[in-house]
Amino acid sequence: MKAKKMIALLSACALSVLCMTGCGEDAANSNASSGSQNSVTESSSRESKTEESKSEEVALSGTIQMVGSTSMEKLANALAESFMEKYPDVTVTAEFVGSGAGIEAVNSGNADIGNSSRNLKDEEKANGAVENIVAIDGIAVCVDTSNTVTNLTKQQLSDIYTGTVTNWSEVGGADAPIVVVGREAGSGTRGAFEELLGVEDACAYANELDSTGAVMAKVASTPGAIGYVSLDVVDDSVIALSLEGVEPTADNIKAGNYFLSRPFVMATKGEISEQSELVQAWFDYVLGEEGQAVAAKVGLITVQ
Amino acid sequence: MKTQTVDFGTIMGSKRNKAVVENVAQAIFTVCASFAILAVASITLYMIISGTPAIFKVGLKEILFGTAWEPTAAQPRYGILYVILTSIVGTALAILIGVPVGILTAVFLAEVADKRVAKIVKPAVELLAGIPSVIYGLLGIYLINPLMYKLELLIFADSETHQFTGGANLLSAVLVLAVMILPTVINISETSIRAVHPGIKAASLALGASHVQTIFKSILPAAKSGIVTAVVLGVGRAIGEAMAITLVSGSSVNMPLPFNSVRFLTTAIVSEMSYSEGTHRQMLFTIGLVLFVFIMVINIVLNGILKKGAQADE
Repeated sequence: MKAKKMIALLSACALSVLCMTGCGEDAANSNASSGSQNSVTESSSRESKTEESKSEEVALSGTIQMVGSTSMEKLANALAESFMEKYPDVTVTAEFVGSGAGIEAVNSGNADIGNSSRNLKDEEKANGAVENIVAIDGIAVCVDTSNTVTNLTKQQLSDIYTGTVTNWSEVGGADAPIVVVGREAGSGTRGAFEELLGVEDACAYANELDSTGAVMAKVASTPGAIGYVSLDVVDDSVIALSLEGVEPTADNIKAGNYFLSRPFVMATKGEISEQSELVQAWFDYVLGEEGQAVAAKVGLITVQ
Repeated sequence: MKTQTVDFGTIMGSKRNKAVVENVAQAIFTVCASFAILAVASITLYMIISGTPAIFKVGLKEILFGTAWEPTAAQPRYGILYVILTSIVGTALAILIGVPVGILTAVFLAEVADKRVAKIVKPAVELLAGIPSVIYGLLGIYLINPLMYKLELLIFADSETHQFTGGANLLSAVLVLAVMILPTVINISETSIRAVHPGIKAASLALGASHVQTIFKSILPAAKSGIVTAVVLGVGRAIGEAMAITLVSGSSVNMPLPFNSVRFLTTAIVSEMSYSEGTHRQMLFTIGLVLFVFIMVINIVLNGILKKGAQADE
C-alpha cells in the first residue's frame, strides 16, 4: 500500500516537473514572439498620439505584413518601428518563422513581404518572388585574444570546421588544439555559415551553443577556440580573423571581397512597382537614407 | 474522520454547521486531488499526441538506434542513440558520485556532528537546494570547464583523434549534476536516519559495536527504504535537469565518453526548440516523449525494488 502510494506520488512529482518545464517553454516562446509584435504595434499607437506633426507628407494608412527570417528580426523590428513613427496610421507586423517560410508566405499571398536571409532560389523566383536586397549581413570568424593567427584561407577554415585540421600549428599558429565552436542546427547563422563555406552537414562541432552570446563567451574564455557570429556583435573580447587576407569590414563586404556575407532580402511577389502604394512607400523608406541608417544602426552593411 | 468531527464539535457548535463544513472541505479536497490527476492525464495525452507523428515519419528503429543527429541536413537523420546513452551514463555517474557523498553527509549530520557544526552544515545544504539551476551552470562554465580543459590538454596531449572541447564535456556535466542532487539525497537520507528507532542504535552499542560499526551495520540498513527514496528522487532530478548542463556539456551529439562534448535528452530539446520547424520540431517532442517514458520506467523499476525491500524486511 505504502509503496503504491509512493509510486503515485513520485510519478505525480515527475509529471508536474515535466509539466512545468513544458509550459514554461511554450509560454516563453509565445511571449517572446507576441512580445516583439506587441512592442511594434504599441509604439505605433504611442507615436500616433504624440507625433502627429510628422505624418504631414502623405496620409498613408493600412497594414504591411512581413513574414520570414529569424536572422532579420532585429532589422525588421527596427525598420518597422521607425517607419510607423513616420507614418502613424500604418501598422507593420513582423513574424519570424524562417526564410523559406517567409518566401512561401509571399508567394501564396499570405504576406506582403517575405524576409529572407539568403538569396532566393530559382524555384522561389519561378513562383513569383522578386529579390530586393535591403542590407548585407557579415559573419565574423572569431578566436580568443591570445591567438596569434590573424588570417585564414577559405580552405583552411573549412578544414578546421570539418575536422581535418585540429591544431593551430597546421594553419600557422601556436601548437595548441582547436576548439571548434558553432551554433545549433536550425540557427540562421549556422545555416548561412555552412552554406557560404560549402560545408553543409559536414561540420564537426565540439560545442553547439544556442545563442550568439554563448558563442562569444565560449570563444573569449577558451584558449584555442574558434567560432562564428554576426559581424555586428563582435567586440574586444575576441579577435575577428581576416579571411583570404580580407578584413571583415563594411567596405570589404560591400565590395564583395569578404566571402562570409549574406544578403538580407525583402522579397515581394512581383516587382516593387507592382505593389500597393503602401508597400512601395515601405521600400522607398527602407532603401532611402533613413531606412539604411536604421540598417547601419543594427550592425548591417548598407546597400545604397 | 469520525474522531475529527467530534473534535470540531466543541468548536463549531451546531450539527448542521458541522455537516456543511465537512461537505465543503471534502469537495475542496476532491477538487485539489483531481487537479493532479487531470495534469497527469493531460500531459500524458499531450506527450503522446505530439510525440508520435515523428515516430511514424522517421521510424522508431531509426530514432532509437540511429547514431547520426542531422536534423537540418539535406537528407535529415534523427538518430538519438547517443543522446539516450548520454542521459543514462550521465545520470548514473552523477548518482555514483552524488549518492555516497550525500549519504555520508546525512550520517555526519544525524550521527557524528556535534550540534554547533550541524547548525552550520544543515542550513548550507538547504541553501544548496534553493540555488537556481542556471547558477550551477554558470559556476560550471567559470570553474569546472577551464579546469577540465587543462585536464583534457594533459590527457590528450598526444592524441591524434580526440576532438578538443574546451572543457565542455560529459564529466563537467556529471560534476554539476552530482552537486545538484546532493541536497535531495542529504535531506531525505538524514530524515530517514533520524527516524530509525533509537533502540536499534542502543542495542548495537550495548552489544559492543563501535559507533562506526553501528552506523554501517545497524542504522543505515534500518534506514534503507528512506535512502532508496532519496536515490530515486536524485535520479529524477538528475535526468530531468536541463538548464545547468546545457551550459557546461558542449551540446554536440557524441558518444558519452568522459571528455566528449555530449547532449542529454533534456538539452537536445532545449537547444534546438527555438528555430526548429517541421519534422525537426516534431522530433524534439518525440525526444520529450522518450524522456517521459524514461522517467516513468525508472520510477516504476526503482519503486519495485523499494517494495521488494520493504516486503523482505517484514
